[in-house]
This record gives sequence, C-alpha cells and structure tokens, in this order.
Amino acid sequence: MMLRSRARARLPALLGWALLSLLTCKKHAAGTLGAEPSAPLDTPSSLTDAPASLADRFRGAAVIAVDGSSTVFPISEAVAEEFRSTSAARVTIGVSGTGGGFKKFCSAEVAISGASRPIKPSEVLACERAGIEYIELPVAYDGISVVVHPANDWAAHMTVAELRALWRPQAQANVQRWNQVRSGWPDAEIHLFGPGVDSGTYDYFTLAVVGTEHASRGDFTSSEDDNVLVQGVSRDRLALGFFGYAYYGENAAQLRTVAIDDERDDNGKGPISVSPETVTNGSYNPLSRPIFVYVSLAAAARPEVEAFIQFYLREAARLVGEVGYIALPEQVYDLVWRRFARRAVGSIFGGSGSRVGVTVESLLGAE
Amino acid sequence: MGLCLLAVLLPLGLLLFLLGAVASDAIARLNLGFLLGYPSRHADHAGILPALVGSALLVLWTAIFAVPTGVGAAIYLEEYGRGGRMASFIEINIANLAGVPSVIYGLLGLGVFVRALGLGRSVLAGAATLALLVLPIVILSSREALRSVPRSLREACYALGATRWQAIRRVVLPMALPGILTGSILALSRAMGETAPLLVVGALTYVTFLPDGLGAPFTALPIQIFNWVSRPQQEFVENAAAGIVVLLVSMLLLNALAIVLRHRFQKRFV
Amino acid sequence: MAPSSSAVRVPSEPPRVAPSSTLAGLLPSSPGRPASPLLERLLEFGLLACALLSVATTAGIVAVLAWETLEFARVVPLRRLLLDTQWTPLFHDQHFGIWPLIAGTGLTAGISMLVALPIGLLAAIYLSEFAPPLLRRYLKPALELLAGIPTIVYGYFALIFVTPALQKVLPGLAGFNSLGAGIVLGIMLVPMISSLSEDALFAVPNSLREAAYALGAGRLPTIFRVVLPSATSGIKASVILAGSRAIGETMIVAIAAGQQPRLTLDPRVPVETMTAYVVQVSMGDTPTGTLEYRTIFVVGAVLFLMTFAMNALSHRFKRRLLSSPET
Repeated sequence: MMLRSRARARLPALLGWALLSLLTCKKHAAGTLGAEPSAPLDTPSSLTDAPASLADRFRGAAVIAVDGSSTVFPISEAVAEEFRSTSAARVTIGVSGTGGGFKKFCSAEVAISGASRPIKPSEVLACERAGIEYIELPVAYDGISVVVHPANDWAAHMTVAELRALWRPQAQANVQRWNQVRSGWPDAEIHLFGPGVDSGTYDYFTLAVVGTEHASRGDFTSSEDDNVLVQGVSRDRLALGFFGYAYYGENAAQLRTVAIDDERDDNGKGPISVSPETVTNGSYNPLSRPIFVYVSLAAAARPEVEAFIQFYLREAARLVGEVGYIALPEQVYDLVWRRFARRAVGSIFGGSGSRVGVTVESLLGAE
Repeated sequence: MGLCLLAVLLPLGLLLFLLGAVASDAIARLNLGFLLGYPSRHADHAGILPALVGSALLVLWTAIFAVPTGVGAAIYLEEYGRGGRMASFIEINIANLAGVPSVIYGLLGLGVFVRALGLGRSVLAGAATLALLVLPIVILSSREALRSVPRSLREACYALGATRWQAIRRVVLPMALPGILTGSILALSRAMGETAPLLVVGALTYVTFLPDGLGAPFTALPIQIFNWVSRPQQEFVENAAAGIVVLLVSMLLLNALAIVLRHRFQKRFV
Repeated sequence: MAPSSSAVRVPSEPPRVAPSSTLAGLLPSSPGRPASPLLERLLEFGLLACALLSVATTAGIVAVLAWETLEFARVVPLRRLLLDTQWTPLFHDQHFGIWPLIAGTGLTAGISMLVALPIGLLAAIYLSEFAPPLLRRYLKPALELLAGIPTIVYGYFALIFVTPALQKVLPGLAGFNSLGAGIVLGIMLVPMISSLSEDALFAVPNSLREAAYALGAGRLPTIFRVVLPSATSGIKASVILAGSRAIGETMIVAIAAGQQPRLTLDPRVPVETMTAYVVQVSMGDTPTGTLEYRTIFVVGAVLFLMTFAMNALSHRFKRRLLSSPET
C-alpha cells in the first residue's frame, strides 16, 4: 500500500518529464522536417548587448528581436520567413508601433526597429543617453492610403484641406458627420479609423495633413494593428480610415481609396490616386513617404543580425513588391547597402524627424 | 412550458451551430502540415506548431505552480484550519479571487512578474499569471474532494496513533486524489483557453520558433487564434477556425484525461 | 430537506473544540501521539503558506492597481476621471473622463443581460420544475458546456457570424458594434444564470408548492407567484454575478465591439469597453512609468472596484438565501 502510494505520488512528476521530453523531441523532429535546423546553444554575443535579466539567463539560442511599425511589419515578416530557411537564428517581431519600437530600441530591448517615419529628436536624445548608436536604412516607399467602404459613392476624392478639417484636434467632438466636411455629402455619422499614437503612420499623417506632428482628434477608433482598421472600414459603410498601402493592396476588394488633391499643380494637378506609379514619380503628395528599418550598431556586430540585415537589403526589392509596398530604385538599394556596410550611424534626416515631400535618393546622395 | 423548453434548447442549438460553422470553416485547413507548421504570411502555409508547443509548456508550468500550492492550501483549510479565523479569512479571499476578471490578473502579472521581478515576456511570467488565475478553482475542487473523505477514516487513523500529517498523507490524500486530479485538470483546461491575461503579460503574436527555455519569447493557441481573427482576409478566417478546432480538441482531450484518471483511481477504492 | 446542490452546504461534521484567540490557538495541536512535532509544525506552516498565497494574490492586485493609480494621480488629478466626458488620454487634446469606457462596458453588459436573463431564467424554470429527471441529467451538463468554451471562440463567432447576420437585418449597423458582442456575451452567460437560478429554485421547499396546489393554483401560477418570488434572493445573486462576469469579459468585446471610446447608448456603433482598452494599450507593450502605462492600471482599478462591489452584493443575496429559505 505504501509502495503504491509512493509510486502514485511520482506519477505526476513522471508525466511531466515525459511531456517535457516529448516536446524537446518534437523540436528536433521539426528541424528534420526542414522547418528549422537545430540551434546552437551558447551564443555569448547575445548576452553582451542586452541588459542581464532573469529571463536572459534562461534564454536559449540567439534571438533577433525586431519590433516597431505595423506598416513595416509585413516586410519584416516576409523577410524573417524567408530568412528562416538560411539561418538558425530566431526572429521575433513585435508590433508596438514606430514610437513604441523606438522606445524599446533606445533601451536596448530590441536589436532592430521598423519605422514608418524617421527617428525624431526626442528619440535621438533617448538613444544618445542610453549610448545606443543606430544605423538608419530606408527599405521601401509607402503611399498612405485614405480608404472608404466600397459602397461609399460620395467621397471619391478629397483635398488636403478637407482632411485637415476632419482630423485636426479641433475636430474632436465637433466634426461628426459627413456633410460637415463637404456640403452635399450625406447627413450621416462619419466613423473614423486610424493608427494609434505610437504609429509612425499616425505621426507622418498628422504632420503632412494637420501640419503639426502628433496633433489630431482623439475620438476615433485607433489601433496599432492595421488589420483592425481594415476590418473596421471594410464592414462599415460610413467609415473612413488611413493606413499603409500594403494593407489596402491585400484587401483591395473590400476597400476603395480616396484620391487626394493637395491643391498644388507643380507635382500633379487635381486629385491623385495612390498607386506604385504615383508614389514613385512623386505626384501622390503629401502622403508618400519612405519607411525604414533601424539597427543598433552593437546589434550589427552580432553575426546573425548582420546576416539578417544583409538578407533584408538583398531581398527587399523582391519582397517589398510582393508584400504590396513600393520598392526603392535599384541604385538606392545600393546606396543603402553601402551605408550598412560602412556602418554609417545617424539619420539622413539630420535627426530632425519627418520631412514632407523629400526623396530618399536626394538625402542619400547628399551624404 | 414550451417556451421554457425553447429557452433551454436555444443556447444549445446556437452552440451546435457555432461548432458546426467553425468546423466547416476549418476543415479545409486542418491537416498535418497545419499542426506541424509555423506561422506564415501566406495563409495556406501557416501552421500552429509554436502556438501548440507554447500552450503545452504554459499548461505544464501552470500545473507545476498551481497544483501543489492549491492542494496544499486546500489541505490546510480542510484539515488544519477548520473553523479558525485565519481559515475563514482565507476563504473569503478565495471567493473574491474567483470573481476577479481575468484581465486584472493580467495586470497583476504585468506589474509584478514582468516588470517588478524582471521576468520579461517569458513563459515563466505567463505561467505564473495563469497559475494565480486558476488557483481558486484548484483550491475549491480540492476542498470538495477532501471533504468527500468520510470523517470516520480520519478518526480511525488517529485511533491507531497516527499524527495528523500521517493520516493525511497515507489515507485522506490518496482517497481524495481522483477528485483533486479531476479538478486540477479542469482548471488547467480553463487556463489553456485564457487569452486576456496572456495578451496583457505579452505573448508575442509573431513567433516562428519553439520556445526552448523558460525565458524565451512564446506564443499560445488563443493568441495565435486572436492574431488570425484580426486579419481581414478570408483565408486567415479559415486559419482561425482551424486554430479554434485545435484548441477545443485539446481542451476536450484534457477533460477526457481527467475523466479517465478519475475512473482509474476510483476503481481501486471501490 | 437538504438540496443536493453545491449552493447550499449543510455541514456534516460535529463542531470541533474552538481554538483560543492566541497565536497558539491558530495552530491547533494534532490529536494522538505526535511522531515528530517539529515536522508536523513545519508542514502546517508550509500548508498555511500555500493558503496565504491567495491572500498575497489579493494584496498583490490591490497593491499594483493602487500604486499605479496613485502615480497617475500625481500627474492627473483623479477627479478628472469623473468630471470629463471624453476619453483621449493618449492624444494631443488629452481628456481623462472614464465615462465613455464605462458606457461601452455598460452597454455591452446591459445587452448581454437582456439576452441572458430571460433565456437563463426560463431554462432554469424548465430544468427545475418541468424536466423529467433523465432529461435534467443530460441537459444540465450540456448547458454547463456552454460556459466551458473559451471566450475567444465566442469572439470569433461574434465577428464572423453574428455581426454580418445582424447587418442584413439592420443595414446601418457598423462592423464593430456593441449589439453583436452583447448578444454573444449573453449567450455565454446563460449557463451561469440558469445554473445558479436553478439551484435557487430547487432550494424552495416543496411544501410551498404543495400548499399552492392545495389552494387550487395551477402549475404556471404556482411557479410565477410562489416559487419564483421565494427564490428571488438566489436569482438576484445569480444575475449580479453574471453581470459582474459580463463587465469583466475581455475577448468578445475586444474582437467585436470596437476600439473607439464614445459616450453613447447606441448599440449600432463602435464603442470601447474598459477591458478592451487595457488589452489595446498593453498589446503595444508600453514602457513602464509612462502615463499611457498608468492609464491601464487606473482603468483596471475602476474595473476591479466595480466587480468587487457586485460580487460582494451577490454574496450578500446568497447569504440571505441560505439563512432564510422560507422567505
């Protein structure tokens, strides 16, 4: 009787060990299926640049931590997926938004941060204080798309002035109906969807449309996850939203873009619809912008991170288009590659943040 | 009376409809490749392995944290502290905790485990949070099991000269074990389905590898489902449905395990 | 007559000798010959520590919520939570009025109660008064099954099926709205109300029913005029408990109700609940110490207070049920 009870007491422990061993077996089995080769167990480099914490001591093989913009996320996701077949390193990608990503980047929590706007002065300061040097790498162009529901037959085009009237801080609680934006539009509620305050898309949009970065109304559905915005607009006849071009492209059947008229004739007269052509030739203004990947100098010293970035830049031209953004011209990717090769730190925007209507070519060429 | 019968059958009918709809959405996607594959931007290549392994690890560690402490607490409340002020104070606490929303546990985990203790977004922090969440359930069901052991057995032990702990360890606990196991497994099954605390504590949504340590980034089945549900493309809806089927089947298996174990142990005492 | 449910527990043990109020009294000595008193004491302390973990959890919850709320209050006076009607803490024009979030929570919870209460109550009446024992044995666990389904499955259901179906009926319905989320939330709560109400109905002594029949009342009048009023405390307890659960629910509303805080009672538009706000902000993994980070704890604190109050109220009603089954 005693023996049996002792054996029974051991049963849960046995089950636990059995389960644990089964899991580790599965891990190696997964490796042989081609999904992931077995990883090296000790990689000292991963412990030197990250702050030592309890979790670090338990951390296994090298992890490349990526975070940042949800706009850049589809590109990073595609690159990481393709990268998996060439390297053992593990890539995790968070979607905290450009601002959230920079906060973690400048506190050494992540090695790489995707950003849909350049680093701004407060973030430059934070990185300086933490001793983090960053390499700025433009990877694609994006045209922020203003979208509505396909059944919306009235808002085919809007001027920047109308967008400003709709999105500026003073509009909060005041501009609530379509006919308040333009008379002649329906007298119905307008349901707004936009990225959250940590989003670079939000920062750039407010700078370009409202005139002051980070200044907008607060009573709209805001989410760092652009998928939620797509869902919201595609299911609501009275909705209007904005997000990166790739998210429109993926869901073009459920959305309709609004052509933007910036009321300047020198870069294209009248309302311009967003498309790869109009973004490349600069006529889709002011909502075209470059999107970036930032890597810290310390992280770039790690062989797996260097390999990842090199892979990123090499495959960017192909994957950017597949994902739905607009690839930079061939020679620009060359310039970016050389930037990384010589580990050029600092921002080509001079650390002053977004500038509306500048091309990356001109800034890279001026270096 | 017909109306009342309708009231009973309506939610059941909706449940069947829900399950049927999920299954029909999922059927296209459910295959071995899905179970053993990794997440992907291409919906038809996407798999659920890291989430499955993450959930399994979470359940394992939640069990390790919650079951011994829960059973210990139940033993104290039933055997040692009965009628005392300490015991009733603890009982009130447990009753309160059972009614606290799961997202508040997430906040507790975020504040204490992730930030204050520096565990970061790790399996350990997630499991600790879930363990606290299911602790009241484990305690309550263990108490029920302990209570079901007749008092006479304990008295007989004392009459034979056993101490309290000897009586518990040799007689009461083994007799109550089926009930304790069943209750614990049901609690773990509940923990497997919890999403909100994990979202707050920070399970990542893009993890393409299996967590190989307690401090590693991880994801879990409900998180992966949530990620897929958030994507507007129809193909990902099918992935979410398939993920839901995997989750429900896992929970069903756990519950079945509980019933089987209880049956096996009960046979020995009949 | 002792009912066989877990809602009413009749103690089956003779009362033990009451321990004294000193510390020694908290740790009653073991009867019989102690084999190793030190080991016994150590074990007892160990088990007590396990039990005190629950106290530590409560203390932890209160401490974490209170600490961050106090830090928040240093920057933003707490009365702004109550005096403002807009919730835009992260934006340029900062408003910290918590009412939009409470409205969103209240709206979804209210709709869910409108769905769950009639169905749950009628189901309870059926199970308690009409169902043959065989049917009851299968239907009751079947209903419990509803409660065991993870809420993310319900969220999927709300977004993928219920909202599009409702949009066919109500053309003006937005994709994210509180109506679909509320209905699904109600379905999830039905087992809770039906199970607890059924226990309450079962606890009503048969003598009352017999008396009503003896006075010539039919079955339905007996149920609605005699049994139901007697079980009011238990039913109220179950309703309040379900309401507390509805308020604390996260996944269904996070997926289907929207993320736009607005002070409205219109079920057709996107709203945001307190729980959805917590998830929305913490998914961005905000760094410690920022105002953003603190707002989720402030909202969590309000949520905790609300559910705590409701749970305490429900407990009081349950005690009334236990103490005077004849009323």
